[in-house]
Amino acid sequence: MIPKIELKQVKKSFGSKHVLNGVDLVVPKGSSMVIIGGSGTGKSVMLKSVLGLLYPDSGDILIDGQKTTRLRGSKRDAVMKKFGMLFQGGALFDSLPVWENVAFGLIHGKKMNKEEARVIAIEKLKSVGLGEHVATQLPAELSGGMQKRVSLARAIATNPEIIFFDEPTTGLDPIMADVINELIVQCVKDLGATALTITHDMASVRKIADHVAMIYEGKIIWTGPVSELDHSGNPFVEQFIHGRADGPITKNVA
Amino acid sequence: MTAQNHAQTRLVQFGNAALDLCETIGQSLMRFFASVGRLAEFGGQALASFFMPPWFGRQISRQFIDIGYYSLAVVGLTTLFSGMVLALQSYTGFARFNAEGAIANVVALSITRELAPVLAGLMVAGRIGASIAAEIGTMRVTEQIDALKTLSVNPFKYLVVPRILAGTVVMPVLVLIGDIIGIFGGYIVAVYRLGFNGSQYVHQTLQFLQPVDVISGLVKAAVFGFIVTLMGCYNGYNSDRGAQGVGAATTNAVVSASILILIFNYLLTQVFFS
Repeated sequence: MIPKIELKQVKKSFGSKHVLNGVDLVVPKGSSMVIIGGSGTGKSVMLKSVLGLLYPDSGDILIDGQKTTRLRGSKRDAVMKKFGMLFQGGALFDSLPVWENVAFGLIHGKKMNKEEARVIAIEKLKSVGLGEHVATQLPAELSGGMQKRVSLARAIATNPEIIFFDEPTTGLDPIMADVINELIVQCVKDLGATALTITHDMASVRKIADHVAMIYEGKIIWTGPVSELDHSGNPFVEQFIHGRADGPITKNVA
Repeated sequence: MTAQNHAQTRLVQFGNAALDLCETIGQSLMRFFASVGRLAEFGGQALASFFMPPWFGRQISRQFIDIGYYSLAVVGLTTLFSGMVLALQSYTGFARFNAEGAIANVVALSITRELAPVLAGLMVAGRIGASIAAEIGTMRVTEQIDALKTLSVNPFKYLVVPRILAGTVVMPVLVLIGDIIGIFGGYIVAVYRLGFNGSQYVHQTLQFLQPVDVISGLVKAAVFGFIVTLMGCYNGYNSDRGAQGVGAATTNAVVSASILILIFNYLLTQVFFS
């Protein structure tokens, strides 16, 4: 079966800094892949490369077996329509009310008329546990957790085939983090979507992952099903999942 | 022998210093041309997106109101007082050689050709250029621009085109209103302070003004409107991370737009009147 997302030897540098040093990754259709790794290991750059917000220097990225690495213009738009993305900071449009944020991709991307889009937006808000009264508020009037929910509703509004989550639980309290994790699992299951998440929150990993990959110094150093995470036999993974200050990762930093 | 060696080392030192100098100049020149190139690419991309659908009508009308309507007060006040001070200054100056009669002409000419477009341009650079850079810069920093892309919306069409279009179209209208208010300011001072005959002042103004005086000012205004909004969008779009990045983008937008306005003001004047 053709994997939903495939990365082959993807490399990306900024100046003399090599952020991605040949990333290989396969995400099967309908599965939830979580990438773990410390700050500055290239997680975000990898995600943005798959999304097409950054162009890799070399290597290939395939979506549904189609090379998308260097697509631009209308062909890029066509691929973009398969994607939904939950940004780390929410990235809600602060000049638009909540419902228009959620409906944005429907109105502008899918050219749906506003009334129809509003109905779907309110439905999606309900599915992330937000009532209709929130719809007319501005994002700035909401708490961090509620903003995350709105952002999640926006990411799933167009029923995307692939959803990206960029550190979905960062900045939330443990209870709200768990709520968001459950919503993510629920939404991905309901849509039958493929999910690619980057995070360093281990609770989140255990909750939402089918497969886990660890990125370190711009390379995937371990990948496997979440059930094998605790006996990976990889010292880097061991140090990371237990959050130890001593280990091979910190040795190289010093 | 040693003297010769000495001379040789000094020559080498001098050569190295000269090389360093060339390198420094070369590097800053390269940086300069690189940024001009990036700006040109940005402008070209904006222009290309302007001619291709979709167009975001609501964004465009919002910008017309933001840039046009809300700048009216600033431009009106600026030109009003410029016209007033012009009448007062030229009266005291011209009285020395009995040429007070030329006040109406001086006011009309200065306002329409120079003061209304340049002062309005600079005021709008401060008001609009800064707010555009800050808004788009914040959107860049908070990943809202990336979010637009993931929602299949081209940020050039959604953010850049409406602003540049509104700036370019609305500035001539603002300046035309500024022309009228500025001349009116001169009228107030001439008639109520200096005792000129009102109808004669208006008559003299209308008779003296040539279409080219007003039109050149309006063309300048369109160019300045384009410069202000382009620099605002460009600096905001390429803003660095963090509050400092957005702050720097805002400063750069206002400073570069102001300087470009003054440079283009000279160039356009040369095109029109020589």
